[in-house]
Amino acid sequence: MSKYSTQEMVLNMGPHHPSTHGVLRFILQTDGEMMVKATPDIGFLHRGIEKIAERVTWQGFMPYTDRIDYVASVNCNLGYAVAVERLAGVAVPEKAEYLRVIAAELSRIASHFIGFGALLLDLGAVTPFVHALRERETFNDLIEMLCGARLTHNYVRIGGVAQDLPPGFAEKCRAFVDHLEYEFVEEFNELISFNTILINRLANVGVISAETANDYTLTGPNLRASGVAFDLRKDESYSIYDRFDFDIPVGRGKYGTLGDSYDRYFIRIEEVVQSCRIIRQALDRLPQDGEIRTKLPKLFTVPAGEIYVRTECPRGELGFYVISDGKKNPFRIKIRTGSFSSMTIIEHISQGVMVADLVAIIGSLDVVAPEIDR
Amino acid sequence: MYSAADQIYKNIEPALSGYGVPDMVITLLAYAVPCGAVIGIVSMIAGMLTYLERKISADIQNRVGPNRVGPWGLLQFPVDGVKLLLKEDIIPDAADKKLFKLAPYLVYSSTVLASLVIPFGGSFVVADLNIGLIFIIVVSSLLVVGFLMSGWASNNKWALLGGIRSAAQIISYEIPTALSLLTVVLIAGTFSLQEIVMAQGPWPWQWFLFHNPFTVVAFIIFFISGLAEMNRTPFDFPEAESELVSGYNVEYSGMRFALFFAAEFSSIFITAALAAAVFLGGGNIGRDPYASGLGWQLVMVAVFFAKAAPLCLLTIWVRWTLPRLRIDQMMAMCWKYFVPISFACLVLTAAWMLLFDGNGIFWRMAKL
Amino acid sequence: MAQEKLQNLISAKLGASVRSMEAMKNNDLMVVLDLKDFIASLGTLKNDPALGFSTLMNHLGVDYGDRMAVIYNLYSQVHRAKITVRVFLDRKQPEIPSLERAFPGIGWYERETFDLLGIRFTGHSNMKRLLLPEDWEGYPLRKDYVYPTSYNGIETAREDLLDCGLSNAECGVSETIEHITTLNPKSAIRNPK
Repeated sequence: MSKYSTQEMVLNMGPHHPSTHGVLRFILQTDGEMMVKATPDIGFLHRGIEKIAERVTWQGFMPYTDRIDYVASVNCNLGYAVAVERLAGVAVPEKAEYLRVIAAELSRIASHFIGFGALLLDLGAVTPFVHALRERETFNDLIEMLCGARLTHNYVRIGGVAQDLPPGFAEKCRAFVDHLEYEFVEEFNELISFNTILINRLANVGVISAETANDYTLTGPNLRASGVAFDLRKDESYSIYDRFDFDIPVGRGKYGTLGDSYDRYFIRIEEVVQSCRIIRQALDRLPQDGEIRTKLPKLFTVPAGEIYVRTECPRGELGFYVISDGKKNPFRIKIRTGSFSSMTIIEHISQGVMVADLVAIIGSLDVVAPEIDR
Repeated sequence: MYSAADQIYKNIEPALSGYGVPDMVITLLAYAVPCGAVIGIVSMIAGMLTYLERKISADIQNRVGPNRVGPWGLLQFPVDGVKLLLKEDIIPDAADKKLFKLAPYLVYSSTVLASLVIPFGGSFVVADLNIGLIFIIVVSSLLVVGFLMSGWASNNKWALLGGIRSAAQIISYEIPTALSLLTVVLIAGTFSLQEIVMAQGPWPWQWFLFHNPFTVVAFIIFFISGLAEMNRTPFDFPEAESELVSGYNVEYSGMRFALFFAAEFSSIFITAALAAAVFLGGGNIGRDPYASGLGWQLVMVAVFFAKAAPLCLLTIWVRWTLPRLRIDQMMAMCWKYFVPISFACLVLTAAWMLLFDGNGIFWRMAKL
Repeated sequence: MAQEKLQNLISAKLGASVRSMEAMKNNDLMVVLDLKDFIASLGTLKNDPALGFSTLMNHLGVDYGDRMAVIYNLYSQVHRAKITVRVFLDRKQPEIPSLERAFPGIGWYERETFDLLGIRFTGHSNMKRLLLPEDWEGYPLRKDYVYPTSYNGIETAREDLLDCGLSNAECGVSETIEHITTLNPKSAIRNPK
């Protein structure tokens, strides 16, 4: 027997690590650079939002939905609002629906900027990240005009939205969308998307087949990257998404296998373009006048019942299972988020990859810690 | 040949030996002055490079960059240096304290040692060793020991991974670097850097870069391998902040960290300077440096820096444009492409020298 | 009606293990299953080509006060329909077989339900707390959960507890608030109703 023996090294990646987006922890078992196993450890950002929901009023829970996924808070607002409206049978004015779509799609764009920007940052490309954040800054200005906040927007209300479009918003928003679709995306792709090093880093890394994606309840862009053209905005339309003309980008395995990290990266860039199209149509058809909010009684109660409503969030399906017992606060709210299911698959697909690949996989799945822990 | 140290020795030897000072002391003194000067200058240049890097990256990323301290933020780097000096020096409890303290000095000194043989133009070279190139290759290999030492002594797994990565990386890329430098040695017939510079001419067609097609390839390989040896993106694996947090220097703080930092930026300049001297004709303006007056010598220095500076800027530009490779891809690139190609360059340059009697491609074209 | 057709299909396929079926507010079907044949019924729902509820959207546990329930939201590409499967459990000793075999991705969902509601999933490969620390006491989402005043010696009371319109007893924090107000009469807490 040899005097020397080798053993696997156990590495703690996180909770403070530059490429765990938020406070996440991975327990890595590595054999040198190769990974034997990566076990995620979550719960560092658990705030008990579901328990809080049982203590606050129906409308009072809206600001908390901002904190589910603070990178795309309008989408989370919208998901909750749609769930409660359907359960309570509240009608939403036409104009409010358009405003919701505009805000939600802007938010989706901003979230995707963080999504692929942070992935590129993790791969060592700092400049594209900063370029993506520069565009997000315009979004921040826009949403600040709209609702006064730059991060947790709290824009959507049950039965409508908080505010009408301020003067000058439509022009600024249109210019932003045009800039994105016709200038930025092309420039960005030239800068980084078709870079050989990036393709080598992402292609064939962390391949998820359509069956595996379904098994592990993957949704949203991560599912579509595996070649499944399933978008809740089209397949299970909520709000007024069925009125808009847009495509569902799916992964094509352009530089490697279908469902690899590159597909998950590129699909987000393609979705930005589609969101731009939706915003432009919504701005065109936005009714000039009309209510922006249905008047609700001060003591708003929801008739007893249960409902499951899912909406398309930038990180996948955001589902609200809402149970009401007819009182003024929810009986039970379960929030099902895209990042949570994306996290469950990491342990499965990270066996035998390199440490650097794990970073790429986490980044390409676009997980955000508060959404996992809630 | 003379170097700065030789000239100082010549000037002070008669005066000092009259007082009975031993020869050994005079020699040491003669070397200490230019050594100190060069190390100071290289450190200053490294400091300027940190400022430049921040300013250029800011330009690339639509930011402003440092602009608070001094005009255009120019005083940012001395202020940063003072800040790092005043910071608390933290040594982890579980660290191997002796090695932990030693490692930064080793890294810094092995980087700066290389600057002693670099001809800065004219007769400004500390020691014109007749094995100058080999000396550079040897001392830059010492870097590995420092990195590995810091990684091991920190008693931190990320640092250890970084140290091991840097060992693998620097040793691997040492080979294409050395092979591509050897192509030039074949042409010049000497290892002395000053003589290599003098063997070239002031005009681009007289540079070794354009001596024959293979030296162009060798130059490209040298520059990319240089990026890898100084741990710059796209090869910044030892410190890959998004993978290994900060790699081998994660536990270091204060002045010890500053030494690592200074070593990194010094090596940018040294690699650029070496490329300028070996491939781009250095400070050669077609005059004999030892027979020229101070004015001409300063022109030579200016020419040398005018060639080295764009290479420094290129290094910075590359860092802020490209993403990082993966470690296996980097190793594959070295062993599958760079080593065979640079070896082929060496052999083919030798064949070229035989075929064309040691004359370059432009000489051939002039003949036609 | 497509929904009635689906309803008939499910009751035909699952037979007696369906306790009741009703339409939810969303026009989705709510299927209440018997705990006894639960695994087999779920298998039928998932694998039967005519049903094809092979996508798990969501899983949660609920404490209804008098009894507990686990809920599975399934989606069928065949019918393009979602159903909600609910299984009632005994509140004293809530236990149900794990669905890890059928839906590999459910592992964490079941751990979360165990963590927050104390429903045990038999046959689960790693039945540990997911979000809360290992040494946490109690299951927060149960209706009779009492807020701990300290955790490992750390006070959990906050001065700026918001008035949520509920009485303190309902919030389970009355003692803490009184404690703080006696300590600091000028405290910024709004007086609870």
